[in-house]
Amino acid sequence: MSDTSSVAYGSHASGRSYLVEGGRYSGILSWLLTTDHKRIAILYLISVLALYFVGITLGVLMRLELLTPGETIVKAQTYNAMFTLHGVIMIFLFVIPAVPAIFGNFCLPILIGAKDVAFPRINLMSWYLYIGGAMIAVIALFTGGGPPDTGWTFYAPYSLRTGTNVTLGVFAAFVLGFSSILTGLNFVTTIHRLRAPGMTWNRMPLFVWATYATAWVQVLATPIIGITLLLVILERFFGVGIFDPTKGGDPILFQHLFWIYSHPAVYIMILPGMGVITEIIPVFARRTIFGYKAIAYSSVAIAALGSLVWGHHMFVSGQSYTANVIFSFITFLVAIPSAIKVFNWVATLYKGSILIAPPFLFALAFIFLFSIGGLTGLMQGALSVNVHIHDTYFVVGHFHYVMFGGTAFAFFAGLHYWYPKMFGRMYSQRTATLACTIMFIGFNVFYFTMLVLGLQGMPRRYYDFLPQFQMGHTIATVGSWILVTGLIIMFANLLMGLRKGERAAADPWGGKTLEWQIPSPPPHENFEEIPVIDRGAYDYD
Amino acid sequence: MFSGAASTIATKVDSAFLFILAICVVMLLLITFLMVYFVIKYRRDKNPTPTNIEGNFLLEVVWTVVPTLLVIAMFYYGWIGYREMETIPEDAMAVKVTAQMWSWSFEYDNGTRSDELAVPINKPVKLELFSRDVLHSLYVPAFRIKKDVVPGIPTSLWFTADEEGTYDVLCTEYCGVRHSAMLSRVVVMPQDRFAAWMAGKVTQEAAEPVGRELLESQGCLGCHSLDGSRIVGPTFKGIFGRKGLVLTDGAEREIVADEAYLRRSILKPNADVVVGYPPIMPSQEGILSDAQIDAIVEHLKTVK
Ligand code: HEM
Ligand SMILES: [Cu+2]
Ligand SMILES: [Cu+2]
Repeated sequence: MSDTSSVAYGSHASGRSYLVEGGRYSGILSWLLTTDHKRIAILYLISVLALYFVGITLGVLMRLELLTPGETIVKAQTYNAMFTLHGVIMIFLFVIPAVPAIFGNFCLPILIGAKDVAFPRINLMSWYLYIGGAMIAVIALFTGGGPPDTGWTFYAPYSLRTGTNVTLGVFAAFVLGFSSILTGLNFVTTIHRLRAPGMTWNRMPLFVWATYATAWVQVLATPIIGITLLLVILERFFGVGIFDPTKGGDPILFQHLFWIYSHPAVYIMILPGMGVITEIIPVFARRTIFGYKAIAYSSVAIAALGSLVWGHHMFVSGQSYTANVIFSFITFLVAIPSAIKVFNWVATLYKGSILIAPPFLFALAFIFLFSIGGLTGLMQGALSVNVHIHDTYFVVGHFHYVMFGGTAFAFFAGLHYWYPKMFGRMYSQRTATLACTIMFIGFNVFYFTMLVLGLQGMPRRYYDFLPQFQMGHTIATVGSWILVTGLIIMFANLLMGLRKGERAAADPWGGKTLEWQIPSPPPHENFEEIPVIDRGAYDYD
Repeated sequence: MFSGAASTIATKVDSAFLFILAICVVMLLLITFLMVYFVIKYRRDKNPTPTNIEGNFLLEVVWTVVPTLLVIAMFYYGWIGYREMETIPEDAMAVKVTAQMWSWSFEYDNGTRSDELAVPINKPVKLELFSRDVLHSLYVPAFRIKKDVVPGIPTSLWFTADEEGTYDVLCTEYCGVRHSAMLSRVVVMPQDRFAAWMAGKVTQEAAEPVGRELLESQGCLGCHSLDGSRIVGPTFKGIFGRKGLVLTDGAEREIVADEAYLRRSILKPNADVVVGYPPIMPSQEGILSDAQIDAIVEHLKTVK
């Protein structure tokens, strides 16, 4: 089909930009009461980034504390509260919502040719639940016995005994769970019901596939953590013996319930990011994606298999030998669909016509960092090796490679990719390239050192350390400074672009998916007329 | 690997690790090389017209099957090492390990206790793990062994040390404010020196229980300092005869730390909780004998 019909989607004589046209209300209310998926995406963008900054600040302070042994800037109790809060913010308030709630909300309806999600009001409610959860987490810091000090995993029985404000902290995570469930429900329904005519499943952009697989995990797995956290609250308040052995409870049961959600949750965290990368690569290679079906179905395979491996967090917990062997085996299987994705991304570069621009650079950085994350996952999946490195800095290094190097870098890639669409302006591409380079270097200095520290036997969640770990801690702290420098440059550049950036065209990168066929920024209703789709998402001929 | 290997299992863990590492390095180099090579070779000014390739079934099969075989090999390698870790030899010397916030205590078959673990070289040792409060995890990096210590559920692990020396014992399951100070050591010695060490311990314990040593071996000093500094609990410095405020059933009252008060604090720590401190001390009832408690109280009188 020729390009003329896609241009037709964009002929909006009347539609005003969603940034101007707020619908029923005006002023601040047109944002706070909006049901426009794009405005809700911006609400999420602002709030998620605000909390991300808090999380980063805590991280940098923790690294500073670990520069020297003993007390450097804070006391042990404060340090323990810091890593708890850092984990809770980064996991529940940043990595889980970042890609689905921001780019999922903004792009998903447009990508399938819809005017909005299926339940716009529930969508807004999800954001309020998110804000509510975040506020409760903040209140937990300043009330009761002080900030929770259990780590983001809330392991029993410590979480039942500590005098700190665990109840409220856990309740915050409970509320955030609902936000996640409702977003998932909304996306599943939207994808089933609101695809434009002709948008068959195999014509859907792969970001939509990834979001779809994720949404199911959100809906099915999140209730389990909700119930588990409620049980912790019950036990703390009423002394019901569910997890506390002195009352006849079982602390291992808590770990099972926790990881039955939290392992699938790591796929809630990474799948949407993988979807972003899959959108970016063909656009900058200016050719169709290699292995559409392999990539689409591997998302579903990851979501399905990923639900069966939670026990790999418990190899040394006293879990039975047989269970350990089975969990180890399935863990190795789950790595295969991830590997397939990586191979297909790389193959998409073959014989492309490659434009090196910031979104693409972030995507390349993602592939490298995520590969290290996945490969270190294999090392941990091997039983005998896991015994040595479990609960050491190796695990900390691994999950930062997958969640920061993976999800967060995919988030930055998406931010640079969709920024001109969201705001109608372009940031300085040179500065963005510089920021990406600095971050990439800092990241590896920081987290690769953590892997080495872990192999040397440095346990995680340690306020203090033995002399043999000094060298590693010094290098890691210096790495954290480099990384933050890159982050500051990146965000400053994006902020400047909002005011000073050049006006962006409807399709600055030469993308073929639907969002690039409508103006930047998109009009309130997205499409004047619902488009009719008669080709795949990545047809470059 | 990176910290010296000092047990029979350590070399096996290391070789499984190196096997996986080698495959991973090759994979990472391959991916990175191809990525960089394609980006340079097919950049837009050199290759303005792309070629569309929608996929290749054979390639998909190859890069599904080859990784599958590789990961199954990794799984197998990890499994055989683990099988050995979990197969405890019949003749292993048993040591009972008790973990509490924030100390380790090791008890031998003959009842001898120590806050450091001494073991003979080249002899299998089985550690039976018990927790008095929350989760802990016993980790000896040089031996490549680790196991959680779970309250209410006994767990165990074993090793054969094959290199003389002193190695760190660390707690790797987060257990509260002094988690990172919950350290001890394993001393690996020749059989004859081990026998001598054991004999020394036995005579020492047969003599009158020494308060100071009990404070150490029972882990009291993990929370109470001798020099006036504040750790987690009140310092022992000048404790005897000290006046202070405690919470009894939620009501504040003033006490004088006399003998009766000290005994009660050891046996029923949560009956009177010193104001400003958390109610987290584990009771020593059934753990310390009367004579031992007397020895401790006598010793506390002297800490000035
Ligand atoms: C090839 C894929 C992967 C494999 C084989 C893998 C394997 C593992 C294993 C075995 C552990 C347990 C380590 C231990 O505690 O002893 C682990 C921990 C972890 N992984 Fe992965 N992983 C993979 C990918 C991911 C991804 C994609 C994410 C998130 C985006 C992730 C996040 C985490 C987190 C958060 C932990 C640590 C949890 C904690 O203890 O706090 N992993 N991984
Ligand atoms: Cu997992
Ligand atoms: Cu600990």
